[in-house]
Amino acid sequence: MNVDNLQQFDPLQDDLLGETDEVGSQKEHIHIRIQQRNGRKTLTTLQGLGKEYDLKKILKAFKKEFACNGNIVDDAELGQVIQLQGDQRQKIQNFLVEAGVDKKTINVHGF
Amino acid sequence: MASEEPLFDPLLKKKKKKKVVAFSEDPLGADADPTTPAPPFEDDDAPTTVHEQMKKSALENGEDVAKENGDEDLQAMFGDLKKKKKKKEIPMDLGEEGSGASTPAEGIATPDLDFSDLKKKKKKKEIPLDLGEDSSSSTPVAKEVEDGAAAPAEDLDFSDLKKKKKSTKKKAQLDLEAFERELGEATGVGTDGAHLDQLDDTELGDDVFAHDGEGGAAQAGAEPWLGSDRDYTYQELLHRFYNQLHAQNPSLFSSAGKRYTLAPPSIHREGNKKTIFANIADISKRMHRPLEHVIQFMLAEMGTTGSVDGSLRLVIKGRFQQKQVENVLRRYIVEYVTCKTCKSPDTLLQKENRIFFVLCESCGSRRSVQSIKTGFQAQVGRRKRTAA
Repeated sequence: MNVDNLQQFDPLQDDLLGETDEVGSQKEHIHIRIQQRNGRKTLTTLQGLGKEYDLKKILKAFKKEFACNGNIVDDAELGQVIQLQGDQRQKIQNFLVEAGVDKKTINVHGF
Repeated sequence: MASEEPLFDPLLKKKKKKKVVAFSEDPLGADADPTTPAPPFEDDDAPTTVHEQMKKSALENGEDVAKENGDEDLQAMFGDLKKKKKKKEIPMDLGEEGSGASTPAEGIATPDLDFSDLKKKKKKKEIPLDLGEDSSSSTPVAKEVEDGAAAPAEDLDFSDLKKKKKSTKKKAQLDLEAFERELGEATGVGTDGAHLDQLDDTELGDDVFAHDGEGGAAQAGAEPWLGSDRDYTYQELLHRFYNQLHAQNPSLFSSAGKRYTLAPPSIHREGNKKTIFANIADISKRMHRPLEHVIQFMLAEMGTTGSVDGSLRLVIKGRFQQKQVENVLRRYIVEYVTCKTCKSPDTLLQKENRIFFVLCESCGSRRSVQSIKTGFQAQVGRRKRTAA
């Protein structure tokens, strides 16, 4: 465990899972989006996965399962976001649902 | 209409019945449209409510009308439950035949074929409506006679339960006609025909209860094969309610289908990398939503940027096909146009201190909707340009 890791969040904080982030909003939704790149290429982003998950491990699993590359991007407001190459939206959704994430909290965007 | 009725002779009555039945066929047709993935799109794809499910199932029925003809054969093959259902259906057909309209009745009856367990149960429960139908299901004439015999007995109950509308009219009419009507009522679904012409605002409530009353009375009387003495579950009753609601208001089917249609988005390509959404102004106007709001949603959802050109066309960066744009538009309608409570698209979008509300004009419900968020935008393209 490195120092960076410790700074990310205070374990003693009540709002560990970001549940009380916004007033009036229920649990944060998970957003799966797609973006077009040049040509036929696309990019899939997974945003809003709770802090209780280890994104690194999930990314590893994604990469292996979907046979694509990907990385984790640190966004100023939205925290860590997983980026994958290609249109993996459906696959990500299935993966998360099978892993026990409530399907209602997953928002698949795009066309 | 209601006041005239007693004056006319049975012939007119029959005509009406026929017409009404044709009505109930209509919705099938109207519903058939939405199923086709063709351009005129509507957004209630997923049957979320029982209401929708009924619609769906009604659709299937329409396709299965032909199958229904082989009724007898199927009956032999099906298990007990099915048989019971069948028994209930057959009298219905007979009743309609008596009044000269047979095919539509079949259309109504078909539902049972492909319904799930719940439906089956429901049907079973409804069976009490037809007295003594189980004994003979093959000979129409005999059936009619039986029904006729049963009818007078039921008549008493009805007049009490159905209250004035029903009873007054009845009295005024000829015995024969009353008889006929009873026939229809004894067979449950056949009722719609008779009832539709007296449809008032309060009619619905009365009717449902009346039906229950019939069921209860009949059950108390006979039907040993009804057997189970358990209580009805909520689901069963709910299905029953919707069945009857739709049976008696066929217009519910057709109206919803009609309203949801919008012109398909017309998509053109501009150059190699841009897409033009030409009729977005027209569509947003028809949805009664501000153009900016629609555009904002679409761009956020598709994860691109875009702009509006001189003739109010939306130029989207990236290549999109009509189907894709249509999907996004569909999602917009589900999220921001249709009322979640009553599915009506007659809604207003209001903004109150930075929160959008959808106010339904037909049911009056008010509900906050999510603000449009672009969310995370990955870095696409050259970094140099954005950094600068």
